[in-house]
Amino acid sequence: MIDIRSIRKVFNQGRPNEFTAIDGVDLTVQLGDVTVLKGPSGSGKTTLLTILGCMARPTSGRIFLLDREITSLPERFLTEIRRQTFGFIFQRLNLIKGISALENVMAPAYPAGEKFSSLRKRALELLDMFSLTHRATARIEWLSGGEAQRVAIARALVNNPSVIIADEPTAHLDTRLSREFMEIMKKLKEDGKTIIIASHDPIVFDSDLADAIVEMRDGKLVRVGATR
Amino acid sequence: MLQSIERQRHLIDFTLSSLMRRKGKNFSVLFVYTLVVFLLASVMFFTSALRKEAHLVLTNAPEIIVQRSLSGRFSFIPVDYGKKLADIRGVVSVRERLWGYYYDPEFKANYTFMVPEKLPVEQGTIAIGAGISNTRHAYEGDILSFTSPDGVLRSYTVKAVLPEESQLVAADIILISTEDYRVLSGIPPGHATDLVLTVRNSKEIATIAEKIKKILPDSRPIIRDEIIRTYDAVFNWRSGIMIVILCVALLSFVIFAWDRATGLSAEEKGEIGILKAVGWETSDVLLMKFWEGAAISLTAFLAGVLLAYVHVFFTSSALFLPVLKGWSTLYPDFRLVPFIDVNQVITLFFLTVVPYTITTIVPAWRAATIDPDSVMR
Repeated sequence: MIDIRSIRKVFNQGRPNEFTAIDGVDLTVQLGDVTVLKGPSGSGKTTLLTILGCMARPTSGRIFLLDREITSLPERFLTEIRRQTFGFIFQRLNLIKGISALENVMAPAYPAGEKFSSLRKRALELLDMFSLTHRATARIEWLSGGEAQRVAIARALVNNPSVIIADEPTAHLDTRLSREFMEIMKKLKEDGKTIIIASHDPIVFDSDLADAIVEMRDGKLVRVGATR
Repeated sequence: MLQSIERQRHLIDFTLSSLMRRKGKNFSVLFVYTLVVFLLASVMFFTSALRKEAHLVLTNAPEIIVQRSLSGRFSFIPVDYGKKLADIRGVVSVRERLWGYYYDPEFKANYTFMVPEKLPVEQGTIAIGAGISNTRHAYEGDILSFTSPDGVLRSYTVKAVLPEESQLVAADIILISTEDYRVLSGIPPGHATDLVLTVRNSKEIATIAEKIKKILPDSRPIIRDEIIRTYDAVFNWRSGIMIVILCVALLSFVIFAWDRATGLSAEEKGEIGILKAVGWETSDVLLMKFWEGAAISLTAFLAGVLLAYVHVFFTSSALFLPVLKGWSTLYPDFRLVPFIDVNQVITLFFLTVVPYTITTIVPAWRAATIDPDSVMR
């Protein structure tokens, strides 16, 4: 369970361009669920995702991961939690150009110092899971949009995280690829992964995959509801 | 422990593939860097080899040399002066020396003729330095001709080519018999080029030199310390030029390193953001950048030092020749004896590799401390 209480996130605090992205949000994400953060651009979905995923610290409020408070942990520990617990799929995929798909998938696991052969094997298995074995050595820029996205998902899974965080994953995909993405999420859910997706795409929030829909506007929760 | 080694291995792997991605940029950096190290190392090798040569010269230098000076000009010294010098208390021996220079207009080179004291040369024969042998393609058994002051061409058979222990010293030397040299040089009988004194107590050298000046007012005693100073000035003059090059090379290195230090591209910054977002710590990013700097530094350092070695000791510092043109006219051809001062190589390492590696880390440190969520924004 990820529990956030009274979270506020203010950018450029004390400056003329001060901006409150999240304003007093309480939310509980159940493990094993698919939670969709829904709302228009600028509603605070992405900021909330970064806080849930230990990428950014809130200006105020508290974060609990499996009943352990992690709000004020030093960067080192927070990075370790992020690496072990969360897998990220970014809106622009953020794959590293110039290196192979396989190297991209392996990159998040490098700092852990796992044996090269076992890491490579696991990365290849992940690529195989997404039917990308034949593209393992291909450079990222040579891949099609769908292939690149599957590589990004494989990368998110390489450290075997329990939570997958996806930020607007279908924003740059056509309908077919968006549905394909949701199919993959479905499989991951079946494998017991917790999935948090920020999206304003109906293919995502209208999907029967979502267990909870969190609607946001102007940094506040408008509605939190289960779909079933 | 094993985990830490694997971590380093992964980071090095990633660094190398990162470097290969930006081939153009990194090869140009490597090229400039290698060039700077090459210049610096060439200067260092060249000056240290020159100093080594000087040392070789001075080891066997006489304690006092007495020349004759008339109207402030060098003049041949009467051999009789030796008797007066031998009477000075503290002087062990006095020897006359016959030697002088000969300009060869055909090859535009200066030779040093010398009558050896220890190994007499047969009349009609000569022994030549390796430099002359190379320049004139003269080997044992060949005949070389030189013109005496009376305009007569005189021929001598080459009996031996001198060993190459110190080319700078021996390259331009021609050893000749006393009789032949007197004829070739025109030094009249009863005269010598200079007189060489051996002194019992080296502390007395200055006193003896003063006495010589009193006994023989037309003489000019030159003590070994003065020779050392002269050689030092000569070699340092060359070192001086080299130091100018060294300063220019160092300055260009600083500019180049500074450029690198401030030049982390937006793409590189973006990548650092991605790596942090997917679970890399600031220290992982810094370590990666350290390996990147170290890989370029070490490659450039090794390549630069190796090229400098070849340049100085195998091509006779071909690139410095324009600077040393005056010398190269005096000496037909010489190669420095390969000699490397390990301390200098270590100094060069700390002057180049260490600052460069650090300068690559500084901008990365600034980028590495950005929040990982920057890639989400």
